[in-house]
Amino acid sequence: MVTKRIIPCLDVKDGVVVKGINFEGLKEVGDAVEMGVRYSREGADELVYLDISATREGRRTFADLVKRIALGIDIPFTVGGGIGSVDDAARLLDAGADKVTVNSAALANPSLIGEIASRYGSQFVVVAIDAKCVKGRWMCTTHGGSKFTDRELFSWAREAQERGAGEILFTSMDHDGTRAGYACDVYARLASELSVPVIASGGAGSVQDIVDVLTVGRADAALAASIFHYGEIPIPALKKALYDASIPVRI
Amino acid sequence: MIAIIDYEAGNICSVENALSRLGATYELTASPEVIREADKVILPGVGNAAKAMESLRQSGLNEVIARLRQPVLGICVGMQLMCRGSEEGPVECMGLFDTRVRRFTEMPDAKVPHMGWNSIGNLESKLFKGLSEGSFVYFVHSYFPGLCTDTIATCRHGSTLFSAALRWENFYGTQFHPEKSGSVGSAILQNFLAL
Repeated sequence: MVTKRIIPCLDVKDGVVVKGINFEGLKEVGDAVEMGVRYSREGADELVYLDISATREGRRTFADLVKRIALGIDIPFTVGGGIGSVDDAARLLDAGADKVTVNSAALANPSLIGEIASRYGSQFVVVAIDAKCVKGRWMCTTHGGSKFTDRELFSWAREAQERGAGEILFTSMDHDGTRAGYACDVYARLASELSVPVIASGGAGSVQDIVDVLTVGRADAALAASIFHYGEIPIPALKKALYDASIPVRI
Repeated sequence: MIAIIDYEAGNICSVENALSRLGATYELTASPEVIREADKVILPGVGNAAKAMESLRQSGLNEVIARLRQPVLGICVGMQLMCRGSEEGPVECMGLFDTRVRRFTEMPDAKVPHMGWNSIGNLESKLFKGLSEGSFVYFVHSYFPGLCTDTIATCRHGSTLFSAALRWENFYGTQFHPEKSGSVGSAILQNFLAL
């Protein structure tokens, strides 16, 4: 059977992997290709690279970087961050990315999902959704959770799937950065309502959190950043723990 | 020299990149002469089988491929085009492998597309030299080739057991993506290059 996936997420600014320190400054943590190679050798199943550059020059650097990543690593990788048009997606897919994530632009212009899917295929389009729970309703946000939309998570996820999304990457803004575990109940509901794979993101703090989201939360993949970058949870140890918990994983 | 057949069937730079990592010399080409002269030929492909087959037919490359005598490797949709036909369209294909390509049935434990790492078994070919039963490779597909006498590796998705790889004479095909399958995939490509 198809295995559950472990996906390190790397934020890239102006061509280098960065991470936030206590929500303040950004610190350079390494070369994007070298880190990708290391994670892939350690057993990561896929990688996600998010471009957090704010400038045109940074965007161009990212496309060049995607070419180097594609040449350097031999597992699938997804790229995203600021993809606003089919041309943006095309540039990154042509550079060698296996999939792209679209987020804010898809909420602003839902037909973008279908446009990319019809050109490249559904398996190339991951729709990323950042949502916050407001009075019991999960509302989609943009700009890293700072702006609310009038779209509700479950209906938007279903619409994204119908429009051609091959996977849904949901980040709970309420859980992201807390290290207190994933929003398992939300993932379980997404899994029951969607037929495409669901990637869980936001809240990983321990091996047990990942076990929970892959079992109770029925997610197909768990994405995390800091626990891997800080070396707190080495991927081989994580994979072993998942295997011991009878979760199908690639070892 | 390895000829990678260029027939505008989607993104194929991952195959080029994999060959570069292995230090192989390759050429992306649609030229029948270059393809016939190559030591090995790779037919990649992503996307829609009917569109890809149409593209091959328009260029006449389907006839060129069917007559090749050197080792040929079809990957994913490239492999599907070497089967008898596909439900995706539907479309009649090259008929090198004695099986047809069907769509997975969606089930709670078997999402479609079948995407991710899955294990392959019943390995029966030099293509898998040095690999153990149950090795993991990367799949992304909604349509699968059925089991047949040409099956050289199997995989299970939900309740469906299908051909993960096929071989007939000099023609090889993998439903999975060796170019995206880490060290296992590199070994398979290396084995193909060594045929």
